[in-house]
Amino acid sequence: MILAKIVGTVVATRKDERLVSSKLLVARPMDPRGKAEGTYLVAVDTVDAGVGETVLIVSGSSARMAAGLKDCPVDAAVVGIVDNIEVHESGT
Amino acid sequence: MQLARVIGAVVATIKDVNLAGATLLVLQPLSASGEPAGRTLVALDSVGAGVGENVFFVRGREAAFPFYPAEPPTDAAIVGIVDHWSTE
Repeated sequence: MILAKIVGTVVATRKDERLVSSKLLVARPMDPRGKAEGTYLVAVDTVDAGVGETVLIVSGSSARMAAGLKDCPVDAAVVGIVDNIEVHESGT
Repeated sequence: MQLARVIGAVVATIKDVNLAGATLLVLQPLSASGEPAGRTLVALDSVGAGVGENVFFVRGREAAFPFYPAEPPTDAAIVGIVDHWSTE
């Protein structure tokens, strides 16, 4: 899973029928210290996250194991809202 | 699977119901020489690892298998604590 900050929402009227009523969020991946890294991605929200929050995003086929996403055409899902990140050691 | 060092922990109160009780740890993947290699990630712990330990972890759909029959939505899971490793 990756850490990311929610920076926006996506509205799409025409979409796969299994995505109807899904909330789509634009997320910016970040490292545990809050530094942005990588490219923006669109993830389906399953935990009522909002813009500005730090979240956990699960990617790939594992995203379909999130609540309510069985058999949905999805490769990224927001599965947690982060309260706190503790980093004890320099990673890089 | 890949080698990594546990460098931190994540607390998330609001999360997927199948992640309830899960330990979320921040991993820094390592090269064979033990240097940081690649981006950090968050993995579920299945072996009782702690910060500062070297571990190996599995990516992808298989990351949910250690928790069978539960199916937590995760794409990374720690499946072993490394005592030592050597390369030639």
